[in-house]
Amino acid sequence: MSVVGHQPPPFFKRGPAPLARLAFFVVLALALLVFDLKYRYLEQIRNGVAIVLYPLQRAAYTPVDLYERLGGYFSSLAVLQQENAQLKRKELESANWLLRQQHLELENQRLRALLDMKDRQPVSGTIAEILYKARDPFSRRVVVDRGSQHDLVPGQAVVDEAGVLGQVTRVYPLQSEVTLVTDKNQAVPVKIIRNGLRAVLFGAGAGQLELRFLAANADVQAGDLLVTSGLDGVYLPGLPVAKVLRIDRDTAHSFAHIVCEPVAGVEKHGQVLILGARETLPPQAVEEEARDRPARSRKARRKE
Amino acid sequence: MAMQPTHNSRRILLPVRQWFILFSLAAAFFLNLVPLGDLVGVPDWVALVLAFWGVREPLRVGMGTAFVAGLLMDVASGSVIGQHPLAYLLLSFAAGGLSRRILWFPLGQQALHILPLLLATQVVMVVARLVGGAEFPGWGYFLGSFTGALLWFPLTFVLLLPQYQPLEKDENRPI
Repeated sequence: MSVVGHQPPPFFKRGPAPLARLAFFVVLALALLVFDLKYRYLEQIRNGVAIVLYPLQRAAYTPVDLYERLGGYFSSLAVLQQENAQLKRKELESANWLLRQQHLELENQRLRALLDMKDRQPVSGTIAEILYKARDPFSRRVVVDRGSQHDLVPGQAVVDEAGVLGQVTRVYPLQSEVTLVTDKNQAVPVKIIRNGLRAVLFGAGAGQLELRFLAANADVQAGDLLVTSGLDGVYLPGLPVAKVLRIDRDTAHSFAHIVCEPVAGVEKHGQVLILGARETLPPQAVEEEARDRPARSRKARRKE
Repeated sequence: MAMQPTHNSRRILLPVRQWFILFSLAAAFFLNLVPLGDLVGVPDWVALVLAFWGVREPLRVGMGTAFVAGLLMDVASGSVIGQHPLAYLLLSFAAGGLSRRILWFPLGQQALHILPLLLATQVVMVVARLVGGAEFPGWGYFLGSFTGALLWFPLTFVLLLPQYQPLEKDENRPI
């Protein structure tokens, strides 16, 4: 519309057309999505914003917290007494094990020293409380009230009194996110306690787990207890994770479809124990050999 | 000097104040942060308020606001960054584009227009996450949009409250 040298006067400044703006922002949003999903580059930004949002989040949690406390306050005396009796009985039952544990551990240490084996890693733990379930409906995560201020790091295992609950996946200064074992993207290396068969356990959603990549004729029975194998260097070996619920051996597929159920109170709230980070395992022997071989051959060549 | 909350087009509203828009968005954000666990049918307050202002004031609340609100929601809910901005952007674009049309209708039909917008917002989020390998949250997830559409009535009343002016009778004034 412009005549030579004359622009129409800008009566209504409206900026770029809506469609152009939409395209720009959508590309930006898609780029962010890909960067976060594929490369996890945005954790710094996330942490920064999370610090600012923290007071707001605590404030939003207050009414829920108040409601829960009120419910606890009015919970009947009988329920509490029953719970108390139950706990006392449990304590007595486990006293047998606990009293002998110190003795056994010392003995184990001495025997290991005799056999010239590496000492077992000492386990430390932080007690934390599950505050609430993360809002994101696409994953199974909970928020606990301990963070990097309490020396948490991503990767620590989280257990409750019955077994493995999940793993710390994101640490904020005063809170952290724990991904539950039932999350679809969470995998736990396990072994069957009955026969030592190793496998990997994946979350299957709907509060269930799935034992994948086991042959259709693998020796698994309903009711088998699965414990961590410790091969990953994250979980300590021997922690109970899940129980086999049912097995579908369909010969059409090469793998058995094994559905398991977590033993820990995965969908419940309460106190949890965050186990200390395990020291990194020594590098694998295969890698060492591969690294040594060229070095040796170089030396050999020099000698020649 | 009585307040008169009617919504027909003859009613003249005071101009909206910028701080009130920001305040309402902040309040919606706060409501979204309240951890309600597995309760189904909880609406996405931020999406609802964004849609409201997108329809009412398309020149003030647009895609930029939607983008920033989405980023904050992503961090607050611990989801993948980019999921909420993408959905809110499309919502805000559609709300702005349909604004002239929607405002012609009475409230009930306005809510019927808003429902597909809110549903589409959720579908965008579901698709974005499923492509990223997440778990399908179940059909109950979409119930939030229906609650949101029902909330269009009280929301319109509350958010327009500061814009109503006292009614003075003047027989000689044309409007």
